[in-house]
Amino acid sequence: MDKQKINEFRRQATVIRKHIIDEVYSASSGHPGGSLSCTDILTVLYFHEMRVDPKNPKWEDRDRFVLSKGHCAPALYATLAERGFFPKEELLKFRRADSYLQGHPSLKDVPGVDMSTGSLGQGISAAVGMALAGKLDNKNYRVYAILGDGELQEGQVWEACMAAAHYKLDNLTAFLDHNGLQIDGKIAEVMSPEPVEEKFKAFGWRVININGHDYVQIIEALEEAKKTKGMPTVIVAETIKGKGVSFMENVAGWHGSAPNKEQRDQAIAELDEILSKLEVE
Amino acid sequence: MTQKIATREAYGNALAEFGSDPRIVVLDADLSKSTKTDTFKKKYPERFFNIGIAEGNMMAVAAGLATCGKIVFASTFAVFAAGRACEQVRNSICYPKLNVKIGASHAGISVGEDGASHQSVEDIGIMRSIPNMVIISPADAVETRHAVKAAIDHDGPVYLRLGRLAVPVIYDENNFKFELGKGITVSDGSDVTIIATGLMVKTALEAKDMLAQEGISARIIDIHTIKPIDKDIIIKAAKETGAIVTAEEHNIFGGLGSAVAEVLVENYPAPLKMVGIQDKFGKSGKPDVLMEIYGLTSKNIVEKAKEAIKMKK
Repeated sequence: MDKQKINEFRRQATVIRKHIIDEVYSASSGHPGGSLSCTDILTVLYFHEMRVDPKNPKWEDRDRFVLSKGHCAPALYATLAERGFFPKEELLKFRRADSYLQGHPSLKDVPGVDMSTGSLGQGISAAVGMALAGKLDNKNYRVYAILGDGELQEGQVWEACMAAAHYKLDNLTAFLDHNGLQIDGKIAEVMSPEPVEEKFKAFGWRVININGHDYVQIIEALEEAKKTKGMPTVIVAETIKGKGVSFMENVAGWHGSAPNKEQRDQAIAELDEILSKLEVE
Repeated sequence: MTQKIATREAYGNALAEFGSDPRIVVLDADLSKSTKTDTFKKKYPERFFNIGIAEGNMMAVAAGLATCGKIVFASTFAVFAAGRACEQVRNSICYPKLNVKIGASHAGISVGEDGASHQSVEDIGIMRSIPNMVIISPADAVETRHAVKAAIDHDGPVYLRLGRLAVPVIYDENNFKFELGKGITVSDGSDVTIIATGLMVKTALEAKDMLAQEGISARIIDIHTIKPIDKDIIIKAAKETGAIVTAEEHNIFGGLGSAVAEVLVENYPAPLKMVGIQDKFGKSGKPDVLMEIYGLTSKNIVEKAKEAIKMKK
């Protein structure tokens, strides 16, 4: 892939990261860490991979997306707004009573949201239902989901994985946002879901390992997933929680807390610096 | 002799009957022979999916299918539908108001021999407190058929409470009318009103005959839709008969009795006595023996009716 295209992804993702910081800052609450770790994946999905129509969010042949780790709504909302599903100004009303941007994604409220999520483990099951409907109707839309690695502790994830393999849902691709942290600390210390690759393989899934911040790897993995027949694919994406904001990177404390004014300004300055460097290139 | 058919049986038959609608998809959690969804499966195997023993997953899979325009019937025992999968029903089905119909069979103690672990006495209470949920508790096979049709036509979640036990058919298909959210005055009366749901409607009709022998005229109302409840028919009954008895195969906390009490105290306070399970778990035994032990009998309804009449001012 040419450098220009990669730079465009990076620019778009950085703009989304800025929105995430401002959403959480203006709401004085929310989940920046995991939002920043899955931003590059969302960018590729909505600006490269998925067939969606912002003017017709319920288009029945669209590709579907389920944010199974629903608390990372700031990343999804920023992506949807950038993609044109709703005005970007709404992002600053995130979590406010006069906004439709609920703390966790709500399909009845937010244009472009395909499934209400927030209670971990349920989104991936809903994605299985969507993929099943696609098979039933002989539609060629694809279904994408992002799982958190802490989320794998929910038993329902594995019930869903069993069902997806049983019904040979090769139209379903899940990303595992493998950032290694959850609210209470390292997933390895709280309740280790490792080894994740072997678990998914044992449950009948194709497993692809990538760096979740490398656009070329994300795109290539999606191509592989599309070629995989008879089984669902999980793309295990190694990521950094808080990616792009130096003081948030790899700090569990930024899972669910908002930056103060000073921290917000520093985060925005760091992200602006990335943008200005891209302009020079 | 009156024909006896379990409401779960009628449910399976109705799914097969109305299943020609290609939007209908049926899910089960390894109980298709018990919930009778296998009747649908035999006719429309391509639209039946066994999700295995994973009720929580089944409910959220149902939700996903519903987002793609399907009308999904997800079936399991009431204990698992309202209990184990409660939070999936809340967050993945009711909150987004998706078109999922929960066929909850084996409700109540008439499950019999399986015992308390499988006898749901709390499901109405749980489901009633979740916004967007509609609850239908049919009294017989005829009403169940119409309830399934109404569930298909209703845009949003529905909880269908079904029984394992074969129960008498009390309605005539040829002149039966079902309207979601509207109670049915099965038999008119003036001294007291017995408001019943599910298999207790038949028991209430037996109590009416016993009361008649003592010169007491009882009105019998079948509340098939517990939520949204028919306030008008309840208020009218309170005004016209002055005393109410509720009868249900459910805990007296949170079920039909509570729903009727809420309507009465806010609109037209009247004496109310509740026949139901007295905040206890069930136990193993023959269904008829259990109904005696737990007081779900016509005799008990008669006693409560007399008590309610005595409470009139």
